[in-house]
Amino acid sequence: MTTVAVKPATMAQALTRAMRDAMAADPTVHVMGEDVGTLGGVFRVTDGLAKEFGEDRVTDTPLAEAGILGTAVGMAMYGLRPVVEMQFDAFAYPAFEQLISHVARMRNRTRGTMPLPITVRVPYGGGIGGVEHHSDSSEAYYLATPGLHVVTPATVADAYGLLRAAIASDDPVVFLEPKRLYWSKDSWNPDEPQSVEPIGRAVVRRSGRSATLITYGPSVPVCLEAAEAARAEGWDLEVVDLRSLVPFDDETVCASVRRTGRAVVVHESGGFGGPGGEIAARVTERCFHHLEAPVLRVAGFDIPYPPPMLERHHLPGVDRILDAVGRLQWEAES
Amino acid sequence: MTVMEQRGAYRPSPPPAWQPRTDPAPLLPDAEPYRVLGTEAAAKADPGLLRRLYAELVRGRRYNAQATALTKQGRLAVYPSSTGQEACEVAAALVLQDRDWLFPSYRDTLAAVARGLDPVEALTLLRGDWHTGYDPHEHRIAPLCTPLATQLPHAVGLAHAARLKGDDVVALAMVGDGGTSEGDFHEALNFAAVWQAPVVFLVQNNGFAISVPLAKQTAAPSLAHKAVGYGMPGRLVDGNDAAAVHEVLADAVRHARAGGGPTLVEAITYRVEAHTNADDATRYRGDAEVDAWRDHDPIKLLEHELTTRGLLDDAGIQAARDAAETMAADLRERMNQDPVLDPMDLFAHVYAEPTPQLLEQRAQLQAELEAEGETP
Ligand SMILES: Cc1ncc(C[n+]2csc(CCOP(=O)(O)OP(=O)(O)O)c2C)c(N)n1
Repeated sequence: MTTVAVKPATMAQALTRAMRDAMAADPTVHVMGEDVGTLGGVFRVTDGLAKEFGEDRVTDTPLAEAGILGTAVGMAMYGLRPVVEMQFDAFAYPAFEQLISHVARMRNRTRGTMPLPITVRVPYGGGIGGVEHHSDSSEAYYLATPGLHVVTPATVADAYGLLRAAIASDDPVVFLEPKRLYWSKDSWNPDEPQSVEPIGRAVVRRSGRSATLITYGPSVPVCLEAAEAARAEGWDLEVVDLRSLVPFDDETVCASVRRTGRAVVVHESGGFGGPGGEIAARVTERCFHHLEAPVLRVAGFDIPYPPPMLERHHLPGVDRILDAVGRLQWEAES
Repeated sequence: MTVMEQRGAYRPSPPPAWQPRTDPAPLLPDAEPYRVLGTEAAAKADPGLLRRLYAELVRGRRYNAQATALTKQGRLAVYPSSTGQEACEVAAALVLQDRDWLFPSYRDTLAAVARGLDPVEALTLLRGDWHTGYDPHEHRIAPLCTPLATQLPHAVGLAHAARLKGDDVVALAMVGDGGTSEGDFHEALNFAAVWQAPVVFLVQNNGFAISVPLAKQTAAPSLAHKAVGYGMPGRLVDGNDAAAVHEVLADAVRHARAGGGPTLVEAITYRVEAHTNADDATRYRGDAEVDAWRDHDPIKLLEHELTTRGLLDDAGIQAARDAAETMAADLRERMNQDPVLDPMDLFAHVYAEPTPQLLEQRAQLQAELEAEGETP
């Protein structure tokens, strides 16, 4: 192994850096939420920002999610770019009224005269042994709401690049942070100028010829692991990381599926009414003649998120993905 | 012609139909938190009650210590300790009749235990084997509530329903200082007052919501003042004075039971330990502050009162400690056994009748477990 000139960084550090750079570049960027100041957030994602930019720009708010997002709306109306932290997935629910009734549709209601450049950061998903209400995968609610961008990084570099893009976006972005990847490390050099990733482009994380795994966020590393394991069974899997659920990158996804002829969608949130249904339908509509098998889904069960001691049975893992990959041979067998 | 010259065009005061509903004066809390221990009022307190409170405080402190130790051994996913706040926890539990209901927040495991819940069942949520490990109806304790303040409207609804049914039931709902900022807190108070529901709201003001101090949470003179705007009395009490908390809550419960409507009680206390084992409290507060509160400890306060009055001797203190030790040993032993979990339980209680889709998913998991040789 040669030594790489880059230091490993965690996803949490890259997110912090993204906010810091955005704040330094644009005085209208404000960070607000519960415990984001002195404490640096319960995941320390805002660590050091209050010290550097002061309490007026990095604000510990009262404990009220509807209030946090509602006041962010007003701040955005007056020209600021609020970056709001919701402490955990399930604690964003009190803010849904503001998000759905106002944030998502203000541009539309006002014929484009009042866009709301708000970034709502939501740590989401399971796998960290959290107690009740600390592990929800809430992306289906967000992507069912027109007017919101929904973004979720899976790598350290993307965490930086996508958060910069989200903050720069003139539209509201729900920025879903896979909390079990907060401490995952990549070789990413925080001292180098970083690339800003445009929102709405998927990326092929691993190329392969026999089938495509379509996934995002916390399930990306799981799919990469499954792809490695599948080699033993003679499968050469391609892994597409969506990065953005809204807008959806039909082009990258369909190009992949047309190449491989088979696809499995993988995500943690429940399958029924979940993102996988939409994705499978789009792929089928666009790639019907290229498909050798129906598009399959590997998702969390359709249950309230289970207690931590049982979550390993709920979360889609390598075996369940390989099992689905095996089922993609159905046509050849029948 | 100016507006002022337009005679009769506007009214300097509202039309006569508008009346202030209540004189706010009797609703306003006292300027100082109410105290019993170390004051004249202590002489009037029931010695039996004081001794009972003492025993429960000692047991509660030991429970907090044991549960915290269990997080360090990995037996609990998390434990939000109520060390320093035991007087509120215990008084809340003891002030209720069996038929009344307790609506605890995630920090109030101890109140549930003091109400009679099995200490192990009370920890199920925090251990992570199930979300609520007890039958809420059995002890009339609602599930420990993690989203902040969302249990408060439930308490109001339950108390209202009981009243509609003609039952003599009071609901006591607990919330932290941070939780008072949530919309649900305001809505619950408003409903309770409009419906004159038999509810007591107990705010444990322990100084912080995780890292955020009270000053960043509210600009009100006190949290108890918030009551006035809804039309209910607000009471301020020293939350480390078990006798005072019990008395104030007992008044409020009596008032509610008698049809007098809700009360908001703010107990001034302090969270001596970190928010949870995942929190680094040194980031937002200094040792001196914590030490000052350790001197105003609920157990020390009551012990001093009882011993100076000759109501408790060394043997009594030892007896309370021994009982606490027995509880802790039992808790330790039972928590050190691995819980027996059935993965099929994932599907057991989603609906009264499982959907066909869930049955399918159940069969899938069953097959996976069989393939792994993990059949329960
Ligand atoms: C709706 C909601 N938002 C955020 C959280 C995360 N959270 C858990 S405890 C806590 C602080 C609560 O402070 P307080 O209400 O004062 O109660 P204390 O912890 O002091 O008992 C926060 C923000 C939550 N549980 N629910």
